[in-house]
Amino acid sequence: MEYTLFPLCEYAVTVRFASYIDEAVNDIVHETAARLQGERKEGIKEIVPAFSSLTVYYDPVVAGNYADVCAWLRENIGSTGQATRHSTRTIVIPVCYGGEFGPDLADVARFHGMTEDEVVALHSSGRYRVYMIGFSPGFAYLGGLSPRLATPRRSVPRTTVPAGSVGIAGGQTGVYPLATPGGWQLIGRTPLRLFDPHREKPSLLSAGDIVEFRRITAEEFARWREEHDDGRH
Amino acid sequence: MDVIDGGFFTTVQDGGRIGYRNAGVPVGGVMDAWAYRLANALVGNEGDEAVLEATMSGPTLRFHVETVIAVCGGDFPCTLNGEPMAMWKPVIIRPGDVLKVGVCQAGWRAYIAVSGGIGVPSVMGSRSTYVPAQLGGLSGRPLQPGDVLPIGTAREHNIRKPFRWGLSSDAGRYIDGKTKTVRAVPGPEYSEFTPESRRQFFAARYHVTPQSDRIGYRLSGPALVLGREREMVSEAVVFGTVQVPTSGQPIVLMADSQTTGGYPRIAQVAAADLPVLAQARPGDRIQFQPIAPEEAVQLYIEQQRRLGRWIAAIRRQWGEKDEND
Repeated sequence: MEYTLFPLCEYAVTVRFASYIDEAVNDIVHETAARLQGERKEGIKEIVPAFSSLTVYYDPVVAGNYADVCAWLRENIGSTGQATRHSTRTIVIPVCYGGEFGPDLADVARFHGMTEDEVVALHSSGRYRVYMIGFSPGFAYLGGLSPRLATPRRSVPRTTVPAGSVGIAGGQTGVYPLATPGGWQLIGRTPLRLFDPHREKPSLLSAGDIVEFRRITAEEFARWREEHDDGRH
Repeated sequence: MDVIDGGFFTTVQDGGRIGYRNAGVPVGGVMDAWAYRLANALVGNEGDEAVLEATMSGPTLRFHVETVIAVCGGDFPCTLNGEPMAMWKPVIIRPGDVLKVGVCQAGWRAYIAVSGGIGVPSVMGSRSTYVPAQLGGLSGRPLQPGDVLPIGTAREHNIRKPFRWGLSSDAGRYIDGKTKTVRAVPGPEYSEFTPESRRQFFAARYHVTPQSDRIGYRLSGPALVLGREREMVSEAVVFGTVQVPTSGQPIVLMADSQTTGGYPRIAQVAAADLPVLAQARPGDRIQFQPIAPEEAVQLYIEQQRRLGRWIAAIRRQWGEKDEND
C-alpha cells in the first residue's frame, strides 16, 4: 500500500497510509507498527499507531536526521499490499448495563424505539476493533458500533463521569478510563480498570485489539470489585 | 521540605514521561526546558531531576535539611528568610530556612531546583504531575499548604562558603517582552487553509487568552479557515502543534498535550522557541514567523549546544568549588 512520510516536528515523522478510517488500512498500520518495533533502530524511541497513520518518535542526535529516519522507514515498511494479522487479542469487558451504572440506557432505548434489553443485546453482541489509543490515558477509539445504536451526545455534558462508564456518542462507543467530564450517553459501567499507572501495561487495551462486551449483574459487578480491588479505592 | 503556601499553580515536573504515547499518556514534563536544565545544573544535579514548576505566583517553602537550591525562569521576586534572593544562581539552604517565591513580574513560570531533586515516587518512568489523570508528582495535583515534599539524595559536596557566582542576565533574555516572536514550521494541513488564512497566521499578532494552561494556549486573533471543510482523521500531535478548531481561533498544544488530535494543524512551533512560548502570559501577543523544517532542526541543535556550553561552565564552577572547599 502506498504511503506518504512527513515531519511532524524536529523529532517525529508520520507515516500516513490514507486520510480516511478503514479496517484494512488500520490492519496495515498495526502490522507496520509491529514490524518497525521488531526492527528497532538505535535512537527510535516510540512507534505509535493511529487510525490510518503511525508516528515514529526519534532522538535526532542518535537516530540521524529526518532523511536518515525516512530512509530507514522506506527500507522496512516494505511494499506488501496485504496485511497479515498474526495474533489479534480479544478482550472481554464485563459491563453492568442500566440502573445507576447506565443512567442514559432508558433514553437511548426510547430514542431508537427499542426496549432496554434490545439495546443491551445489540451492544453486547458486537465485536469492536481498537483502532487506536488516544484522547486520554487508556482511551480506546472503538469501531464497529451497530448503526442502529448511533445516538447523539447529551445536550448538556455531565461535569463528571465515573471511570469505567460505557457510553455512546454518535456512531462511536467507548469506555471512560478515568473520571472526567463528558457528554456521552452512559449505558453501563465495567468494573475493569482500563488505565492503571501502576500496572506493567498501564492501558488494558492496545491498538489492534478486538473488544467484546459481556453483560453482568450488579452483584457480579460488586463481587468483581471485591475480588480484584487491592484496596486502592 | 514543608509547603507553607502552594502559590497559584505549582507542580512537580521533570523531563517528561517518555514511552507511553501508545497508552494515550501525554509526555508532560516542564514547559520551559531551558530554565529547567539550567536550574538543575546550578544545584549540581545530573540534569533530569524533578523540580517545582511555579506559575504566576510561587510557593513558600520551609526546608529541613542543608542543601543547595536555584530558581530560574520568569522574574519572580524571591526572598530567603525575608531577605531578597537572586535568581539564576545557586544558594545554600540551612535547616529552617524559608524560601518565598513571589508574584511574577515578567514571564510566567519559574523552576525551583533542589540538589538531589524532588524525591516523589516515579510513576511510569517520570515524577511529572499530570493533573487531568491525577498522575505522578504529589498525588497528581498542585502543591497545597501542609504538603511535605521529599528531597532526593544529592551527590556528596562539601559546601561551607556561599556561592559567589551565578548566570549572567543573558540566560533569561528570551523571557522579556510582551510581544513574543515564535518561529514555526507550516503544519501538515497548512496548505488546506485559504491563502488569506495562511497569510494572516504569520502576519497577525495573536493574543494569549486566559484559557491557557499546561495543556494548551488558546489564542485569539483573525479567524483561520480551511479552503474546503473535510472530516479529519485523528493523528499524532505534540508539544508545539498549532491546531485550529472550527472556531478558527488557534490552540497551541503545550507540555500536557494529548497524544492525538482531530483538528487541522496549521503549524508546528520550533522546539527551540517553546521556552519563549512557555513564558508567555495571558495578554501577551504572539507573532509567528515561518521557517523551514530543516531550519527548525538546526535551531534546536544549536540551542542544545548553547545549553551544553552553559552547563559545562556551571560544572566547572562546581568543580573549582569542590577543590577550594
